Amino acid sequence: MVNPFRSESEAYRFLLLTIGYFAAIVLAAVVIGRWAGLAVFLVLTLAAVYLAVRRGTPEPRAPETMRSRSAENERRILVIANETVGGVVLREEIKRRSEGYTEDVLVVCPALNAPLRHWVSDEDGAREAAQARLDASLARLAEAGIDARGEVGDGDPLQAMEDALRTFGADEVIISTHPEGRSHWLERGVVSGARERFTVPITHVVTDLEAEREEVR
Amino acid sequence: MSAHAEAHGGHPPVAHQSSRVDAPTLGMLLFIASEIMLFGSFFTAYFFVRVVNGIDWPPAGSHLPVFVAGVNTCVLVTSSFTIHWALQSIKRGNHAGLKAGLLLTVCLGLVFLLTQVREYSRIGFAPHDNSFGTIFYGLTGLHGAHVFVGLCLLSMATIRAFRGHFSPDHHHGVEIPGIYWHFVDVMWIVVYTTIYIL
Repeated sequence: MVNPFRSESEAYRFLLLTIGYFAAIVLAAVVIGRWAGLAVFLVLTLAAVYLAVRRGTPEPRAPETMRSRSAENERRILVIANETVGGVVLREEIKRRSEGYTEDVLVVCPALNAPLRHWVSDEDGAREAAQARLDASLARLAEAGIDARGEVGDGDPLQAMEDALRTFGADEVIISTHPEGRSHWLERGVVSGARERFTVPITHVVTDLEAEREEVR
Repeated sequence: MSAHAEAHGGHPPVAHQSSRVDAPTLGMLLFIASEIMLFGSFFTAYFFVRVVNGIDWPPAGSHLPVFVAGVNTCVLVTSSFTIHWALQSIKRGNHAGLKAGLLLTVCLGLVFLLTQVREYSRIGFAPHDNSFGTIFYGLTGLHGAHVFVGLCLLSMATIRAFRGHFSPDHHHGVEIPGIYWHFVDVMWIVVYTTIYIL
């Protein structure tokens, strides 16, 4: 629902609507009777709720900073991953995509949090855990010869992606997830949601950490 | 200095701010939510007294000055028109319109407040007489307090307007009191309709 007090103009329009709403109720109650007033109240209230729900929240526009700002021989890659950054498949994908270019890799690790903690803004623990995962991931990428930097993002992966794209003009985005069936992000449609929301090319990489560990043994 | 600050080279860490809800919008939403809860508690008491207890409204022997309050409602609604005019004026670079609009708004707000005080002095019942009196003075007084706060904000905006602080690009100091004033007006329409008319 759209906040009717976002600006003076919208507040003024809301005031006019309020005057009309109550004038109709009072008029019906005084001229016809109390039950008519109640009927008008119900009809107008339902209509207002219906219109407010139907109108919904406008989709955010893609800001200018989301466009790529890399130089000719540079490739900016934004990697969104929770704990799968260290996976071999992702490392290979980053290497393949930055071949022949100077790569600028930004890894964003969303601070995943429990819903209740999110709503009460208790996210210190989630951010610390995300920072620890990020540090470990960056160390593994460095071992593989990929110079990457990282930051902790919003708990919502799509929001974290949007926040990062505002300041990091990426050429492409790589989303790394666990395989289907074990990935909450795939279940929530993060990859398809990102493709709908952003114009930047998006690559989905499946990293099976368990299988990689088995291979190492 | 905390360990957290030391980790950021002696400065406090940069505030984490998601773009999901920007700070001004969140502030206004929280403000409206708190106001709805505040007025909601008073309205709950009103409906409890009137509907659950089933007493006559207003009780026998009490009389509400519906006409005078109606005229006062018109005064307050007109003040919303004038603040809107003031803001539209400054957006077009019309400083005279801004000053005139703000002055008129302050005057109309004062007239509303003084009329309400006059109404209190002649209404014939007191807050401690019965639950009706308590609710009446509670709700209208709560709104009156909001009008007083709004008048303080508008007075500051008026002084700033006369000092030439606002321009077509910079008029945030009028926009925010304007939003508040419209909110106060909306609340009065609800109070007037439920307490005086229905």
